[in-house]
Amino acid sequence: MTATTRMPLATAPGRFAGTVVIRGGRLVDPARGIDAVTDVAIRDGRVIDVGTVVDTSGVRVIDARGLVVAPGFVDLHAHLREPGFEYRETIATGTAAAVAGGFTSVCAMPNTEPATDSPAVVEFVRQAARREGSARVYVIGAITAGRKGKVLADMLELASAGVVAFSDDGDCVADPALMRHALAYSVAAGRPVVQHAEERALTTGAQMNEGSVSARLGLPGWPRQAEEVIVARDCELAALTGAHLHVAHVSAAGTLDFIRRARAKGTRVTAEVTPHHLTLTDDLVGGHWWSATASLPPYDTRTKVNPPLREAGDRDAMVSGLRDGTIDCIATDHAPHGTTDKHVEYAAAASGISNLETALGSVLALVHSGALGLVEVVAALTSRPAAVFRLEAGTLAPGAPGDVVIFDPDREWCVDPAQFASKGRNTPLAGHVLRGQVIATIVGGEVLHDRS
Amino acid sequence: MRRKDVLDLDDFSPDEIREVLETTSAMKEVLARPIKRVPPLRGKTIVNCFYEASTRTRVSFELAAKNLSADVVNISASGSSVEKGESLVDTTRTLQALGADMVVMRHAASGAPYAVARELSASVINGGDGWHAHPTQALLDLFTVQSRLGRIDGRRIAIIGDVLHSRVARSAAWGFATMGASVILCAPPTLLPIGLDTAILAGLRAKGVATEVAGTPAVAMTHDIDAALRDADVVMALRVQRERMDAGLLPSLREYARAYGLTRERLARARFGAVVLHPGPMNEGVEIAPDVAHGSQSAIEEQVTNGVAVRMAVLYLLAGGRAGPAV
Amino acid sequence: MDDRNFDLGAGPVEGRPSKRILDADGLRRALTRVAHEVLERHGGTRDLVLVGMRRRGVPIARRLADLVGRFEGTPVDVGELDVTMFRDDLEIRGTRPALRPSSIPRDLTDARVVLVDDVLYTGRTVRAALDALMSYGRARQVQLAVVVDRGHRELPIRADYVGKNLPTSRDESVEVRLVEVDGIDEVVLLDRLGAPDARSRP
Repeated sequence: MTATTRMPLATAPGRFAGTVVIRGGRLVDPARGIDAVTDVAIRDGRVIDVGTVVDTSGVRVIDARGLVVAPGFVDLHAHLREPGFEYRETIATGTAAAVAGGFTSVCAMPNTEPATDSPAVVEFVRQAARREGSARVYVIGAITAGRKGKVLADMLELASAGVVAFSDDGDCVADPALMRHALAYSVAAGRPVVQHAEERALTTGAQMNEGSVSARLGLPGWPRQAEEVIVARDCELAALTGAHLHVAHVSAAGTLDFIRRARAKGTRVTAEVTPHHLTLTDDLVGGHWWSATASLPPYDTRTKVNPPLREAGDRDAMVSGLRDGTIDCIATDHAPHGTTDKHVEYAAAASGISNLETALGSVLALVHSGALGLVEVVAALTSRPAAVFRLEAGTLAPGAPGDVVIFDPDREWCVDPAQFASKGRNTPLAGHVLRGQVIATIVGGEVLHDRS
Repeated sequence: MRRKDVLDLDDFSPDEIREVLETTSAMKEVLARPIKRVPPLRGKTIVNCFYEASTRTRVSFELAAKNLSADVVNISASGSSVEKGESLVDTTRTLQALGADMVVMRHAASGAPYAVARELSASVINGGDGWHAHPTQALLDLFTVQSRLGRIDGRRIAIIGDVLHSRVARSAAWGFATMGASVILCAPPTLLPIGLDTAILAGLRAKGVATEVAGTPAVAMTHDIDAALRDADVVMALRVQRERMDAGLLPSLREYARAYGLTRERLARARFGAVVLHPGPMNEGVEIAPDVAHGSQSAIEEQVTNGVAVRMAVLYLLAGGRAGPAV
Repeated sequence: MDDRNFDLGAGPVEGRPSKRILDADGLRRALTRVAHEVLERHGGTRDLVLVGMRRRGVPIARRLADLVGRFEGTPVDVGELDVTMFRDDLEIRGTRPALRPSSIPRDLTDARVVLVDDVLYTGRTVRAALDALMSYGRARQVQLAVVVDRGHRELPIRADYVGKNLPTSRDESVEVRLVEVDGIDEVVLLDRLGAPDARSRP
C-alpha cells in the first residue's frame, strides 16, 4: 500500500481548481487491500493516488477525520422507474437517492414502460442520466422482448448500446428453453444474465414467506423452493452454455447450496443479496404480534417485498454466504413505490422497499454486531459488485473514477422517509434508528451529497 | 370491554371472552321477547362494509344492529369503488366522513380490517378477512358449545376440513384454546397450514394462557381424521370449496367426502353426545352427511340464532368501550 | 332506587357517617304492609306479576311474592328485569355495566304488573323499566312498589306502594341492604363525603 507516499500536488498555481483532497479519514479500499488512516486526492474527476498529502494549498480539502473513506458504492440492482413510472421515481430522484446513500454507480433495471429492450430506451436512460443524474447510471437490458418471456430481446444490439447485463427482473424467465437460449446468447454479448428466480407455479397468490407467520396471518405462503428450483435449473443451464449467471436477490438458505455446487463444477455463477434479506425476517410482517418491541402493526405493506423476507435461519445463511463469498455482493433492489401502490390491502400492495438511502445503515448493523467486518461490508458494496458486472468502479486506485463515499459508521439517525431524496417512501425501517450514516458522496471529484 | 375494535380473538383475554358470552345470554333473552328491539344503540350508525359476498353474516350483523336500535347502512362490493381499485385509505376516509360509529368489515384480503381500523376513529368489527379471522363466528361457536356442554375448558375440539383457507378455523382455534379447550385441526395434507399450531401456541404463551390441556397441546394439527375425532367433545366440519379441486389441492370431492366427510360412523368415534358445528353454508354429502347435519347432535341451527345474539353483544359492548359521545 | 346497578360489589363505605333507618324487623314489617296493600288494591292474585328490577328489586319482589302467596294460598309469578339497555345515561357513562338476562315468566299482555325496586330517587330507572316492560306485551296495569322513597324526582313518576318515605338531601344516599345480596337486612342513610364518588350525577 501507499499510505506513506508523499504527493506533491501543487506544482504550479492555478492548475488545481479541479483538485480535491479528502484528508485524515480511515481509508478502506478492499480492492487494493488498504485499510489505513490516510488521504486521497482526486483531480479532473479521477483518483491521483492515496497517501499523505503534505501541501494542500490551492486545493479543496475535505476533512474526514474520524470518518471512513471508501470507494463510492456500486449497486447492481436498482429500479429507477423511468421511463413509465415517474410517479414512483425518476432518474433524477433515484440517483439523488443513490448519492444520499453513498452509491456512486447504480445499475438500472429494465422493468420500465416501455421496457429497456431496445437501444432506443437504453439511450433514453443514458441521456437522462447524463442530463439529470447524480450517480453514474449503468443500464441493464431486458432478456426478452417486452420482458414478456416469449422471445429474446435483441441482446447483441443491446450490448452494443452499452447495457452491462441482461435481466427480466420482476419476472422470472420461466421457460427453460428460452432461458437456455438467453444464456447462450449472453456469451456472445459478453454480459451476464441476471435471473429473478421465482417459479411462478409455486407462488400463485403468494404474499409472504411460507411459514408459521403466514399460517397465522392467513396470507398465502411463498416457499423458498420457488427460488431454489429456478436457481438449480439455471445453474445447470449456465453450465450447459458456458454463460455467466448472476442470481438476483438471494433470499433462501437452500439457494446457496446450489450456487456452491455449481461453482465447484466450474460454472460461472455470481449472486447478490439485499440489505433487507441480510437483516430482516418475516416476523416483521406479523408486526407487534411477533415482537412486543416491533414498531409496525401486522400486515404493514411496507414489509412486502419480492422475494419475501424469510426466517432467521435464512437471514443468518445470507450473512454467512456473504462472508464466505458464496454471495458476491450486496445489491439494494431499490424499489420505490407511490403511496397508492402501498396504501391498499396486503394482497393488493406492490412489492418492494425504497432502499438506497438506508442500505448502509442497515448492513452496518452486521458490523456492529460482529457478524461481518467493516472491510467485508465495504468490499460487498464496492469492489465485489464492480467485478461481477466488470464495471470501472469500486476502487480508489490511481486513475480510477473519483467516486468516493465518506461515512460515519457510528452516527445514529432516525429513518424519516419524508426526508428521502427518493420519491419512494416505502420502507419498513421508517422510525427506526440506524447506526451509520453517509456524510458525503463524491462523484467524479464533485461533492454531490454533503451532510457534514 | 375496553377496546376499540374486534379484529380477532388472538388478543382477547379469557375474561373478555367470558364478558361477551355473558352479555350474549342477555341478548338471547331479548331475542325471545315478543318485541325484540332494545334501545342502547339508538342514534348510532353502523356501516356494514361487505367487500365480499356473504348474505348470512351481513344479515346477522344487520339484525343485531337493528335489534339494538342502531341505524344500519350497507355498502356492498358489487359495483362499488373497491373493485375499481379504490385504496383502503380512501375507503377509510369515506367511512370517517360518513360519521359511522361502528364499521363491520368483510374483505377478501387477510388483514384489510387492520389497515382500516388503524386509521378510523370508529370501532371496526372484522366480519371475516381472507383466510385470516372471523372473530364473531368463533364467539358464536364458543357460546353454542357453552350452551350445549355447560363449560368449554378441558373440552376437546376437532376442526375438520380446509383449514388452510379457513378464517373460521383460525379464529375458533384462538377462541377455544384461550378458553382452556384443546383444539385439533384436521385437514388433508395439502390444506394444512404448516406452522399454524406453533404460531398459535406462541401467541397463547405470550398472553399468559395455558398451552397444554390435560397433557395435550392446546392446538395441534393432523391429517389423520380418526386421531382428530378420538375423544372429541365438539366436531366442527368446515366447508370445502370446489375451487380447491381446480387448484389441484384435492383429487375430487367424492374422495374428500370418503376420506374426511363427517358421517354418522365417524361421529361415533367422538365422545358420546359430541356437539356438531358447521359455519355454513353446508355442502351436505361432502364435508358433512345430511343425517349428521340434521341429527340430534347438530347445533348448526342454534349457531345461526346465537350468531345474532353474539353480534348484539359485541356491538353493545363496543359501543360502551369509548368514554363520552361518539365522534 | 338510584343507580346502584352500576356499582355492584361496592359495599358500605367504612367510616362513612351512617344512620340506620330500618333494622331487619322494620324492613320485614314494611314489606308485610306493602304485600297487604298490593292484595287489597288488586283484590287477589289473578294476573298479578311482581317484577323485580335488578339488582336488589329482585329479592324484594321474591319476598313480596312469598308474602302475597302465603296470604292467598296461591303462588304469584315473579320476574326479573334488567333495565340497563334502556337507560338514558349509557352514553355518558363510558363503559357499560354487565348485562344480565331478564326473566319474565309470561307474556305480560293483560297482566297486572307491580314493578319492585329498593329505592325510588330520580325516577329515571323506573322510566327505563317501563320501556323495558313494553317488550313483553301490553300489560293492563303497571304499578310501582319501593322500599324507600327518598324524593328528588326528575321525572313525573310516583310509587304506588312505599315501605318508608324518607326525606333526604342530595348529598346523602340511601342503601337498602338485603341478606340475599349483602348478608344483612337493614336500610341506612349515608352522608356523602368529599371523596370522588362514582355515583355523583353529571
